[in-house]
Formats: sequence, structure tokens, C-alpha cells
Amino acid sequence: MEDLLLTPGQYARLYNGLRATLQLLGQAFVLGIFLSLVVGVGRLSERKWVRAISFGFVEFARGISSIILLFILVIAIPILLGDIFPWVLGQPVIVMASIALGVNMGGYGAEIIRGSIVAIPKGQTEATIALNLNPTQRLRYVILPQAMRIILPPMGNLTIEILKGTALVAVAGGYDMMREVRNMEASMLAEGVIGVTALFVNALIIYFIVAQVINALFRFGERALDRRFEQREGRSAIPLSVAQPGGN
Amino acid sequence: MADTTQEETVPAAAEGAAAPAQFELQQHHKWYRRPDVLIPVILVVLGLAILATTGDTSPRYRSQFTPGREVRFGWDYFFHLVPQMLQGLYITARATVLGFLIAASLGLVLALLRRAQKRWVSWPAALVIEFVRSTPILVQMFFAQALVRATPGISLNPIVILFLVLGIHYATYASEAYRAGINSVPKGQWEASIALNLGPWTKWTRVIIPQAVPNILPTLGNYLVAAFKDAPIGDAVLSTAGVLFFADWIRADDFRPVEPYILTGVGFLLVSLPAAWAVRRLEERIAYERT
Amino acid sequence: MNAPDTTSAVDISPKGAASVRMRAVDKSFGSLTVLSELDLDVEPGERVVIIGPSGSGKTTILRVTMTLERIDAGTIQVGGQHLYHEETATGALKPASEKHIRNVRSNIGMVFQHFNLFPHMSAIENVMLAPVKVHGTPRQEAQQLGMELLAKVGMVEHANHTPGQLSGGQKQRVAIARALATQPSVMLFDEVTSALDPELVGEVLNVLRDIAEEGKTTMMLVTHEMGFAREIADRVLMFDSGRMIEEGPPSELLSNPQHERTRSFLGAVAEH
Repeated sequence: MEDLLLTPGQYARLYNGLRATLQLLGQAFVLGIFLSLVVGVGRLSERKWVRAISFGFVEFARGISSIILLFILVIAIPILLGDIFPWVLGQPVIVMASIALGVNMGGYGAEIIRGSIVAIPKGQTEATIALNLNPTQRLRYVILPQAMRIILPPMGNLTIEILKGTALVAVAGGYDMMREVRNMEASMLAEGVIGVTALFVNALIIYFIVAQVINALFRFGERALDRRFEQREGRSAIPLSVAQPGGN
Repeated sequence: MADTTQEETVPAAAEGAAAPAQFELQQHHKWYRRPDVLIPVILVVLGLAILATTGDTSPRYRSQFTPGREVRFGWDYFFHLVPQMLQGLYITARATVLGFLIAASLGLVLALLRRAQKRWVSWPAALVIEFVRSTPILVQMFFAQALVRATPGISLNPIVILFLVLGIHYATYASEAYRAGINSVPKGQWEASIALNLGPWTKWTRVIIPQAVPNILPTLGNYLVAAFKDAPIGDAVLSTAGVLFFADWIRADDFRPVEPYILTGVGFLLVSLPAAWAVRRLEERIAYERT
Repeated sequence: MNAPDTTSAVDISPKGAASVRMRAVDKSFGSLTVLSELDLDVEPGERVVIIGPSGSGKTTILRVTMTLERIDAGTIQVGGQHLYHEETATGALKPASEKHIRNVRSNIGMVFQHFNLFPHMSAIENVMLAPVKVHGTPRQEAQQLGMELLAKVGMVEHANHTPGQLSGGQKQRVAIARALATQPSVMLFDEVTSALDPELVGEVLNVLRDIAEEGKTTMMLVTHEMGFAREIADRVLMFDSGRMIEEGPPSELLSNPQHERTRSFLGAVAEH
């Protein structure tokens, strides 16, 4: 078997690629969470057309293959919509990839959000009506904080799926860690150096580590929430006489 | 299949004062005996089997169309490409089905290893599952390609690499589906099996598996659709002749990229949406069996 | 009859008790009629106990008053203001906007059978939520008010506990404090002791007694505690199949019911 360790120079290049991968992941995540919330709540709207649009979005985002969506956004959309939305012309691949992955994440995330809201007991909503909270306040202060506990585990898995999806930009002309690996592979093949398999093994291990870190972060979030639901004495407790109240 | 005959039921009821003279045992509608579940499932399996074994697997994509350069989108051109897109979709679907056969069977093995009592079996299994599941299938394809190239004496057709990688990748998902399905059978069912002194064979075939499968089947169906969505990655990495390869090829041929890619997206949705819908229907139909 | 009702929009004194007037209220769930042609008047400061078998529509009266269910037909006025309708310039009624409903609803508070406390907030945060977020009370002031209310229900030492750490009776007392925090003119109590272990019922009823004695708010209670009803009610209403079949002061209705259904219902309840 070949030596699996790479040279420090190669690791430096991998590190550069990893930073691009994480940036892409971050952008896609922000868009994905935003879409998840908007569409997930939209799926439960009282207005029929809002429900219909949200449903259509979810079906599209979950039905389309992310690599095909990526190619459509990178190759077809700029030509098709360039006249109407000049913004799409000349956007770097990374931006289009963030949109493709964000849409993808939004479709799945919306269903997670919807399911979690539905899972909150009806009495909670009734109590908010009795207290005269408006619909936004209901979601923000009562429903979503409780739904969070249900949302976090599947959202962590979804984030790892999106991390895996970021590697797609490497075959769509964008730059990420996998692109860097491919560049390194090309130069190694050109120089006749053996050991390209080790490159991919290292890339796989790095993806694995990042996935475990994401996993750990979400677990940490879950535990923090659990603590919030149980014991709070001595932490954010409000002194019984006068003091500033704990945040919501 | 009839596990209880009429004769058996009579003595059981005999001690009761009001035991009916003739008690007709009615077959409870188990999900695997209900035609509305069974027939569609058999049809789908048959269809997939035919898909996996027949058809032209090495198409040549070429457009015999001279599209105008000035228009952004032409319906003539769009429809002209449909037959070739379908051919590409067929190759993609075929690789998916073959890959999923591996996934479903290898997944079962992984799930059993993962459940093993001995830690030196279950821990490595858990690590392999977690590793393959949380790394990109695209990288795994590049890795498999490099591995095959670097191993002397082995040469695999790209399509074989594609469905092997798809199979291994989704085997880890399938194994989690099996595990969750088995774990979903309530503890009381296992305890009742012990209390009734059922042997392992009876326990698994009559108690656990009938209750676990309704939970497993829809999940596997969802993963089949997911594998189908990942299969075009093989076109980009391994140059298999699937639906994305079709679009790339036509673009290189005609320099008209809009139609082939949009068509590919549409064709894809036309397969994946009904498939996902069918899985949901299956889920609803066997829902009452779910625990 | 209608004229004084609509014009005398003044019987809602600020933070004082208000009247509830229902006219020809219909409510059905699918083919099941829960309320039909219901007329009901509750005077400001009055304490009305609603009794009846399950499915009689008694809880639905509270739920439509709280707008948890919307009525199919009829009108409801709270403190002289229409809840589900707005008056146009010509005096005709049109369906109310959500804004109007919210506005009128702010005079109503409700306590639920299953408490419905927010599990992710401490007792004091539960009580402070509506004053701060809905009424814009400064936090400091809301906390002051919240602690006063918790003191009133005997829950000061549990102010920083989450619902998960409280017993059923304690939860219900916090829920009552939470409902009081918006200083409602009408308070609705929906079987507030039904979900409690028997030994915890007393502590909740004590709190209800205190509220009744203060007389600052109109109270509508659905309960199976007949002894308690006899003690605090000004009037008892007996419901069956979506209609009020008998009403009167507790001394009369509970001791000497006129209607056959009332007799059999009271007999069934007494057996427990």
C-alpha cells in the first residue's frame, strides 16, 4: 500500500481548499435555513396560495438532483435569464453553487420545520391566543423555541448532506477542496508521481472530520436546549426581588 | 402461510362458557397479504428488474439539428432532444437500480454487524457506516476510480464502478434504515416473544420482521429516490453515459446549453416526483401497521 | 333590546369587570352541532358556573369566547364591543378584521384544563411574556407585577422553576397568574381542576376563591366541582346537547333542579 501521508505543502493546499468548502457550506447553510423557515411556515399558512407555492418549492427542491440543479444554475440560467436579471451574468460558480445547495437544503429543511411545528401540542398555540400574542410572536417566543429540540437532530444530518453536496462544485467549474485535490492529482499525474489514491483518502478523512465537528456542534446545541428545559436555577435565574430578567 | 388452522382455535375457546360452536378464523389483513400493497410492490420490483436487465446501454448522443444561434430557448430543439434524454435517463436509472440491489443486501449485512454483541465486530461496522455516510459520494467515486487504476490486473467498466460506489454508499443508509426499523419494534414485543418461549426463527419471522418492514420499506424507497438523484454524479466523474453526460455531450456538440440542461431537469423531476409520491402512498397504506 | 347593548359600550371600565353577551350563537364541528341558537348574558363582575355532561357544549362556550374556535353564526359582545363583528358607519355589522378581534380579545383571559404552560420558560417568564410582548410593559415593571401575581397564587419560591419541575397544582396556579397578568376583564376557567390529583385540587380552588372575592373580573367557569360551584357562583347554567336547559342561583339549581336531565346529571356527578 502507498504511503497515506501527504507532504506539508500538499496539506497547505488542502487547507486552502477546505476554507473555500467551508465558505460555500456557510453560505448555503444561511440560505438554506432562511428558506427552511419561510417555506416551512408557509406550508402551514392560512392562505391557500402561500401553501401551494411552498408545496411546489418543496417538491421541486427535493425532487431535483442537486448536481443537475447546479449545472442548470451555472450553465443554463445565465443565458436564459441574463436579459431579465443581469445579476445572474458573470456570477462566480461559488455563488450559484450556494444557491443550488441552499435551495436543496431549503426543501428538506422546510419539511423538518413544518413537522416540528405540527408536533408542538395544540394547547401551546391556544395559550398564546389566550394571551393575545400575534402570529409572529407565537412562532418566535413559544412555538419555535420548543420546536428547536425537534429540529436540531435532523437539521444536523441535513447540514452534513449539504457538506457532502459542496464537493459537486469541483465538477462544475468552481473552487473547493475537491477542486484543489483534482488540481493536485493532475500535477502528480503529469509528473508521473504515483500515489493519487492517498490524495483522495486524505480528502475523505478531512470531510469525515468536518462532518463529525458539525455533528458535535449540533449535539452541543441539543444538550444546551435540554438544560434550558430542565434546570435553570443558579444559571439564568432571576433574583426574586429585582434584577434584569433572563433573556428569552 | 396459514399459521393457525380452525381446529387449533376450538380447544382454546372451549373453557369459556359461551364458546361459539363454530368459530371461523378470519385472516387478519397483514400488510404483506393485502393486494393493494402487494401488487404495486411486485409491479415496481418487476419493472425495476426489467429496467436493470434490458435495453441499450451504450448510446451515442448527437443532435441532428442545426439550432439558430440567435434564440435563447427553442421548443423545436427542446423536443428534438427528448428521445436522447430518455436514453440517458434510462442509463442513470439502470445504474441506480443495480446499485440499490447492492445497497439493500449489503445494508442488511452491515446492520447485522452493527447489532453484533461483540464490540470488535460492532464498532468497526459503526465506524465504516459513519465514515461512508458522512463523506461525499463524489469523492468516493474519484477514490474508487483512482483505486481501480492503481490496482494492476483489474479493469472495471465505469458503469460498474458507478453502481458499486452507489451500492456501498447507500448500503450505509440502508443499514441505518434496517436498524431503525428493528429498533422501532417495541421492547414489549421482544419480551412477549420470550414469555411465549418462541424460538429465534419464529420470533424473527412472525413477530419482529412483520412489524419492522412497514417502517423499513418507505425509508428504503426514499433512499432509492435519493440514490437516483446522486447517480448523475457518475456522469461527471466517471463519464458514464447517463442523463447528465447526455446534456454535457450535446452542449459540446451544439454550443446550445440551455435546452439540454433544462430538459434534463424536467426529465429528472418527471421520474423522481412520481417515485417519491409512490413511496408516500406506500407509507400511507401500511401506516396502520406501523408501531 | 339590541339598542342599549350596542350603544352602552361603557360597561368596560379600564381593568374592571366586563359583560359578555351572546346572541343566537351557532357552532358545529362537521355534522355535530355543539351550540345552537345560544343566548347568554353575563353581567360585569358576575361569577357564572357552567355545568353539563361531556359533549354538552359547555367548554365550547368558553372556547368561542376566547376565539379558539370561531362561531358559525350569531354575535358575541364583550364589554359592549362585538368580538367577531365590526360596526360600519351605518350601524350594520360586518365580519371583524383580525386586528379588531385581537383588540377585543385583550380583555379576555383563559385558564386551561391542561395548564398549557410554556415548558421552555420559567414560571416568572411565563407570567411576564404577555405583559412585555403584547402590552409593551417595561421588563422591570412586568417582573414586579409578575412577582406580585406569583405571590398571590403562593408560587413566589418557584418563580425560577420551569413547568417540568412543578406539580400539577403548582402549574395551574402559575397558569392562573399568567392569565391574570394581562389584567383581563373576563376570565374563563375551563375545567381547571380536572387534570389534577385529588389532593391538589384544594390549592387551586383557594386561588379561584381569592380572585372571586376581589370581584375585579367577570368569571365564567366550567367545572365538575359542585361544592365549589355552590360556594362561589352567582348563577349556575346547566347545558345539554348545545342548549342551556336550566339556570338559576346555585342554591336553587343544585339543590332543587327542575329539569329531569339536570337531576340525573347531578345524581351521576354526586355518585363520584
